[in-house]
Amino acid sequence: MIETKKVDFFYGDFQALKNISMRMDKNTVTAFIGPSGCGKSTFLRLFNRMNDLIPDIHLKGECLIDGQDIYARGVEVDELRKKVGMVFQKPNPFPKSIFENVAYGLRVNGMRDKNFIEQRVEESLQSAALWGEVKDKLRKSAFELSGGQQQRLCIARALAISPSIVLMDEPASALDPISTAKIEELIHDLKKHYTIVIVTHNMQQAARVSDKTGFFMLGELIEFSDTKKMFINPEKEQTQNYITGRFG
Amino acid sequence: MKKLRKILERVIEAMLTVSGAVTSIAILLIVAFLFREGLGLFKSPTVERGYAVYVNSANPVQSLLPWQLKEIFDFQIENWNELGGPDEEIRVFRFNEIFSLYTDEQLDADNDYALLPERLAEVIAANPAIIAYLPQRYAPVEDESVKTVQTGTITMAQFFLGRKWMPTAKPAAQFGVLPLVLGTLMVSFMAILIALPLGLGVAIYMSELASERVRRLLKPAIELLAGIPSVVYGFFGLVVLVPLVQRTFNLDVGETAFTGSLILAIMALPTIITVAEDAMRNTPRAMREASLAMGATDWQTIYRVVIPYSLSGISAAVVLGIGRAIGETMAVLMVTGNAAVMPHTLFEPVRTIPATIAAELGEAASGSSHYQALFMLGCILFVITLIVSITAEAISKRKHEVGV
Amino acid sequence: MNRKTSQSLAFWIFRVFGIIVLGILLWIIGFVVYNGIGVISWEFLTTAPTDGMTAGGIMPAIVGTMCLVLGSMIFAFPLGVMSAIYTQEYAGNGFVVKFIRVMTNNLAGIPSIVFGLFGMALFVNTLGFGDSILAGSLTLGILVLPLVIRTTEEALKSVPQSFRSGSLALGATKLQTTRKVVLPMAFPNIITGLILSIGRVSGETAPILFTVAAYFLPKLPNSIFDQVMALPYHLYVIATTGKDIEASRPIAYGTALVLIAIVLIMNILATMLRRHFGKKVKTG
Repeated sequence: MIETKKVDFFYGDFQALKNISMRMDKNTVTAFIGPSGCGKSTFLRLFNRMNDLIPDIHLKGECLIDGQDIYARGVEVDELRKKVGMVFQKPNPFPKSIFENVAYGLRVNGMRDKNFIEQRVEESLQSAALWGEVKDKLRKSAFELSGGQQQRLCIARALAISPSIVLMDEPASALDPISTAKIEELIHDLKKHYTIVIVTHNMQQAARVSDKTGFFMLGELIEFSDTKKMFINPEKEQTQNYITGRFG
Repeated sequence: MKKLRKILERVIEAMLTVSGAVTSIAILLIVAFLFREGLGLFKSPTVERGYAVYVNSANPVQSLLPWQLKEIFDFQIENWNELGGPDEEIRVFRFNEIFSLYTDEQLDADNDYALLPERLAEVIAANPAIIAYLPQRYAPVEDESVKTVQTGTITMAQFFLGRKWMPTAKPAAQFGVLPLVLGTLMVSFMAILIALPLGLGVAIYMSELASERVRRLLKPAIELLAGIPSVVYGFFGLVVLVPLVQRTFNLDVGETAFTGSLILAIMALPTIITVAEDAMRNTPRAMREASLAMGATDWQTIYRVVIPYSLSGISAAVVLGIGRAIGETMAVLMVTGNAAVMPHTLFEPVRTIPATIAAELGEAASGSSHYQALFMLGCILFVITLIVSITAEAISKRKHEVGV
Repeated sequence: MNRKTSQSLAFWIFRVFGIIVLGILLWIIGFVVYNGIGVISWEFLTTAPTDGMTAGGIMPAIVGTMCLVLGSMIFAFPLGVMSAIYTQEYAGNGFVVKFIRVMTNNLAGIPSIVFGLFGMALFVNTLGFGDSILAGSLTLGILVLPLVIRTTEEALKSVPQSFRSGSLALGATKLQTTRKVVLPMAFPNIITGLILSIGRVSGETAPILFTVAAYFLPKLPNSIFDQVMALPYHLYVIATTGKDIEASRPIAYGTALVLIAIVLIMNILATMLRRHFGKKVKTG
């Protein structure tokens, strides 16, 4: 479960997020939509502290995962990131073999047991619906896969370390329609075991995969409700305008 | 008017095009001149031009190699039987000796030593075991008692496999580049061994850890390190490092291969740091993020993702660093002691190829075989650096498609 | 070992490495400055060496180096800039440019002593210039060409494409665009390259050993066919082969300081120029 309380976020002097409070429940899919630059990706990256990599940022308010403030003193960022997996906009496999890509997270977390790693790699690839396509070429370079396969590999990679939450930052935006469909199907399956938060610029996608949807604009959370309600009967006029296509 | 301007433009554009080729032309000229002079070496006679070696006709030895000549005249080979001749002690005869054997009148000194060839022939005829090194100008007439020994020309094998570099030895100079090549490689590789961990460490520090403020301090510092003239490095090495090495390792002399490696390591650092840092900075952000997002620490991300990803750039840095070290002249010349012998340990004087050229070209007469041999050394250097450039280019082009 | 500990250990080592490299630089510069500063005086800079180079100044070497810098730049700067203009503005992106770039890289990788050999064979012997400013300048000029070309190329690259299109769209020819728009904008960076080249040329020893440098020549040159003394060669000579090495040590320190000062000033000048105009181009 993820919860934020009155979160303000700044890049230097620029306020990227304004007073955002919301709650994402266990084993649900939450989608963030909104025009580019609205802060939805920034908000997503708060949950695994990926924004920490940018110099000169600061945060006000609270950001809780399972009731614990992840920005509190003494929180180990790498432990947090083990719990909160992430899939990026563009597939970004490492220049390693397919197997090593999935095993990476296990290895950096100190796992040495070969059998366990092999088993985990297979499970993860199966969860990511990629096992059948790659089981005969696990030692081949990950770059030999197609874009859609690479993205599912990245999902498998994220799943391998058994996170409880998976963040997806426009995971299908760089893919063709068939690959996109596969990813969406996958998200649907993953919901059973993981809490998923997905940023997308594609409203149909949000409508198809998510239980709840948050609409962001200019750093504010304009509306947050059940996806069905949001797309059929939004409360705010801005949401209505965006959904019907008056904004980019 | 307009037409004139058009023509002018054409002319200027033609000039630009021509100057575009200037570096290619320069390389072509360098190749042409280097190899023209250098390859002449293999047409040069083994003994100095204008001189020849003579023996008594009764001597069955027909030809002698450069090292044999050298050892004969150094009295290391003392009997003809060592050379396939009769069991007789070799009598070495040098041109000057003739003046103690005969008076000026007997040589007809007033008449441009007209009788000198005849007298020389007498000496050779009288000594069956003699070997004489004489100027051809006064050469004795070849007859039943005097014959010229074939000494041939300098061969590639003698040059590339020879273990002695004695370019001014008489009668046969020894041009064996092996000690120089080994000296160069030894000093350079040791230098890289020292510079590599240091350079990579600093490159990692600058690309991954340092704050913008520290980078702004380190970057110009490294540029400056690259800008210091090599002769200043040499001077520093001579005054500071040489005594330091001597004291630390308790040696007789501080001018050793190791001292050269130290100074070369410092000089190769900027190349290694700059190229490796560039390569690491080019690692896509997405790669780092993917690794960090899985709970890897910064250091794990660096050595498991950043370094493998930028491996081609790092290898290019190493190759370029080696290139820099191999070609460096002045600093090495000033601190390595310049003994042209086969090196055995790091703690004795050695001589590198560039240092040999710098030290000896001033004394070699233009067109002599020594001069040509030094140009041949230049050719070797040129070929090495060409290989280095091409390798570096090829490595950094080869992207990260493979990788396991 | 715990992965946190190994991280802090590794980072600590790298930090130390950074400090070591900085320390080496400070050591060398400090060594030269500390020992040389007492030697530098107006007299040192303006008189010729005396007493077998154990006393007096280094004026002829300074003048000689200035001649060589000037000579090599007259040759290399226009040629290098023109070459860079050709590859950047005219030649497109095909095989020719790639070939030229490879050649330029190769030229940059050739050791300076090989340039010395080449200069001796071509300029001194074949063309018959003898040991002279002309031969030395041409040799140094070829050596520094790749640096001029590269810095100019970088300068030209930093001019946004939109300026070129804008000018061409107004009916200007390519040459006019280059001359009136591209070159003025790239100018400060091209000058930066020139300054760096001067720093490089003034410190080179190996290429001038056999093409121009004189061991001891107290009078100043009259023509480009004269030999001259030069700072780096002078330092080499008095550090290794002088009549009385101990007695000439102070002069060696002074010469080294002058050399380092030239490089330092050139680098600082280049960095300042780059920072100053770097900002201007971005906002402009």
